[in-house]
Amino acid sequence: MSTTGVHPGSALPDSRESNYLTHKSGLGSWMMTLDHKRIGVMYLISILVAFLLGGIFAMLVRTEHLTPKETIMSADTYNQVFTLHGAVMIFLVIIPGIPAAMGNFVLPIMLGAKDVAFPRLNLCSYYLYVVGTVMALASIALGAVDTGWTFYTPYSTTTNTAVIWMVMGAFVLGFSSIFTGLNFIVTIHRLRPPGMTWFRMPLFLWALYATAIIQLLATPVLGITVVLLAVEKAFHIGIFDPQLGGDPVLFQHFFWFYSHPAVYIMILPAMGVISELISVFSHKHIFGYKFIAYSSVAIAILGFLVWGHHMFTSGQSSLANMIFSALTFSVSIPSAIKVFNWLATMFKGSISLETPMCYALSFIFIFGIGGLTGLFLGTLATDIHLHDTYFVVAHFHYVMFGTMIAFVGALHYWWPKMTGRMYSEFWGRIACALIFLGMNITFFTQFVMGSHGMPRRYFNYIEQFASYHQLSTVGAFIQGIGFIVVAIYLAHSLFRGRRAPANPWGGNSLEWHCSSPPPHDNFAVTPTVGDCYDYSGWQYDAQIGGYIPRPVGAEH
Amino acid sequence: MSSPAVEHHHSEDQGHVVSLGLLAGVWLALLVLTVVTVGAIYVNLGKLNLWLAMIIATIKALLVAVYFMHLRWDRPFNAYILVGSLIFVLLFIGFVMMDTAAYLPEIDFKDTLHP
Amino acid sequence: MNQHEAHGSEHPSFLAHHFATPRQQFEAGKLGMWLFLSTEILLFSGLFCAYAVYRANHPEIFVYAHHFLDSTLGAINTVVLICSSFTMAWAVRSAQLGQKKRLCVLLAFTILCGFGFMGIKFIEYRHKWHAGLLPGKHYNPQAHEGDHAPVSGHADEAEHQPTTTAARHPVESAAVEPEHQAATTPASTPASSTASEEHTLQVPPTIGPAGLAAPVTTTADVHAEESTDEKVKNVQIFFSIYFAMTGLHGLHVLAGMSVIGWVLWRSMRGEFGPLYYTPVDLAGLYWHLVDLIWIYLFPLLYLIH
Ligand SMILES: [Cu+2]
Repeated sequence: MSTTGVHPGSALPDSRESNYLTHKSGLGSWMMTLDHKRIGVMYLISILVAFLLGGIFAMLVRTEHLTPKETIMSADTYNQVFTLHGAVMIFLVIIPGIPAAMGNFVLPIMLGAKDVAFPRLNLCSYYLYVVGTVMALASIALGAVDTGWTFYTPYSTTTNTAVIWMVMGAFVLGFSSIFTGLNFIVTIHRLRPPGMTWFRMPLFLWALYATAIIQLLATPVLGITVVLLAVEKAFHIGIFDPQLGGDPVLFQHFFWFYSHPAVYIMILPAMGVISELISVFSHKHIFGYKFIAYSSVAIAILGFLVWGHHMFTSGQSSLANMIFSALTFSVSIPSAIKVFNWLATMFKGSISLETPMCYALSFIFIFGIGGLTGLFLGTLATDIHLHDTYFVVAHFHYVMFGTMIAFVGALHYWWPKMTGRMYSEFWGRIACALIFLGMNITFFTQFVMGSHGMPRRYFNYIEQFASYHQLSTVGAFIQGIGFIVVAIYLAHSLFRGRRAPANPWGGNSLEWHCSSPPPHDNFAVTPTVGDCYDYSGWQYDAQIGGYIPRPVGAEH
Repeated sequence: MSSPAVEHHHSEDQGHVVSLGLLAGVWLALLVLTVVTVGAIYVNLGKLNLWLAMIIATIKALLVAVYFMHLRWDRPFNAYILVGSLIFVLLFIGFVMMDTAAYLPEIDFKDTLHP
Repeated sequence: MNQHEAHGSEHPSFLAHHFATPRQQFEAGKLGMWLFLSTEILLFSGLFCAYAVYRANHPEIFVYAHHFLDSTLGAINTVVLICSSFTMAWAVRSAQLGQKKRLCVLLAFTILCGFGFMGIKFIEYRHKWHAGLLPGKHYNPQAHEGDHAPVSGHADEAEHQPTTTAARHPVESAAVEPEHQAATTPASTPASSTASEEHTLQVPPTIGPAGLAAPVTTTADVHAEESTDEKVKNVQIFFSIYFAMTGLHGLHVLAGMSVIGWVLWRSMRGEFGPLYYTPVDLAGLYWHLVDLIWIYLFPLLYLIH
């Protein structure tokens, strides 16, 4: 095709005299930067630190369950640790993970823009993230939180732990998320260069766009919910407190109106990443572009119609139960459309199993199980049995961990672009295998134990479940080792890694058209926009270990 | 920027300037409608009073949005955002009202059971 | 982007580097503000939802309690906000036409209206504070005794339903017996399993929102001698919603005033004119939204039939 984005001079492998990392130096140049790439990197670092923290909490929880009675902590501490694990992983890691860190870095470049629409707002949103994180974590020192990440009333308003700090942290983090989404929508609407039409955008951008819709419409409801909760706790206004004539089920409606769509804030960007990875590493045009694009938006909108499936056993009316159960199944349609299109993309492609692709394939497997087990929970009759058991825990970990897998895959995919260095492919695959294996051991066991009736959030358990719990803990340790390996070789690559070529994978979206790392203003020459899934314009060059533009007129 | 064909550019850079007469007219209409709202409660329409008040409020809101907030001269997308967010508000409130109304008898029943 | 390269020579100072034209920047700002307004609408939707739920299920609370609000003051505040919206829209027009002095006067007047609104709000709040008409646990209208005549035009109706004793007991029982609260916590807490066995009258938490029924068990004996007041229970819910809604709205008024103040400061420095008036326009949009929400709050809270 004549419209491939390739043009001479755009992919020089060694035009890195000045890039965004070396553009200015000093701590101040990072702290006050308005460059979306640097903000993305700062988000990445913060999120990885939070992930380490959340991971440590996870390990503590799993270690505690090695024995049926107290192993390493008291029951109260246990309540606090699993609450922290949930809150940190959800609010600090998974929700901002892909959009704020990866999205910030690549969205403007993929679009062909110089920056996001509101760079100052972008920086502000990063600092809101920091402030929210500090507030949420301050709760540890100020009495911890033992409500679970869902903060259900009336327990959360009567416990004397630091719920207010945690929820106000969530409020601030919510606004960080809102501003990121707002920035992305405006950028996609207003900063597309000529030629970049809606249907030429990489699918990752469609996913981020759909995510941003949810961030804007759902997150404010979380905001008002947690504010009411904090006010309730501080002044006993009684909107949710049955003692004062309030209605605790109303709190759950409020909470899940955000928190179900939030599941799609977490999973949609992951799906966007996978759409990119599958196509690039199959070296084949994405199959069903428009279906994947529209299904992102469909998921975003359908995701608002199903929140009541979290409340089947909470006193919700049977009328609402039936409606929400029926609607829940509708969400599986667009999700399945995506999976089928990924499989069709791989069909007869020339698949190369580089590390990002290993993660992409893991994602499809894990998300498949996570999605299918959701059907049991969306069905009223089975949910009564499975509700609040480890089956639920396993289900949402299969989904959420899918997001983490996609996040790590995206990190590997864009690592050369972000840092200008290549990591060890060998260790990359080993680590991916460890994480995949550990993950399945940890959580598949929990499906079994949950369906046998092991309730979630319990400190003690009966002897019968001991071997399941121990196996699950072993799986968690394997995952932990996998992530440590990732940390080691990525850190190593920063100093010893091979210089990354501009296009190590043969991708054709615009970020592969600028050097690695990209220059400060992204593009020296405004890029020509073509079909970002047409890889025919690139050929592999063994000398630089990456792809270079195919000479014009050459056969392919 | 979306495709130029769809795009509607104003010739002058400063956008649409609303005439003072129109602004003042909207202002007066809002004041009159406020008087109507207050007056309406003295007419007993039963349940319809609430709906009447909401209809008047919505007319006022539309006046503010369309003229004071320039929606009439803006890109239609801004209006879609407003309407879209209101649809989600209705969805939220509608579902919750439906559910709470459906389980209310259960609570009242318990109330009579243990007075 | 390439348009920017093409006529980069005429890049005005107010135009950020990543925008090609002032028009693009203006439209981006406007779109961003509208998106932000949509999040504000959703933020308020939670309170509107709480209002709708309680009003639909317990209309008697609202009919009874709204008599304690002064609809005259509410109406005056509505007029004040409408006027401020008008001057704000006019201010945008003046900015577009480059009438600097008029712009500053109009913005100042808008802020003044904001102060007026907050002042009246303060008077209303202070009155409720003295009368004990406070949200939730703090609802204690006995201070209100013998003094409810001037609160509203419907004072005569209010007198028929003495407020001093009505609906106070559910609240007090909660305050007096804090340990009872543990009994209604969900089954996941160890305390509740034992507690609910003792209080067999307690509505089991798994069945439904025990909420509205909960106080009955402990207050049954108290209520026996005051059966006349049982008509309107849980009046405190109205004041919780009233304070939450007007409070959040008031915070938005304050935020709007600060933003307009900042715009006024920049207008006085002459930063705005026909070519660049985006901040005036965006501040205006925000202020109109605040007005718009009040347009709904006024009839919902003050004018209940
Ligand atoms: Cu859900």
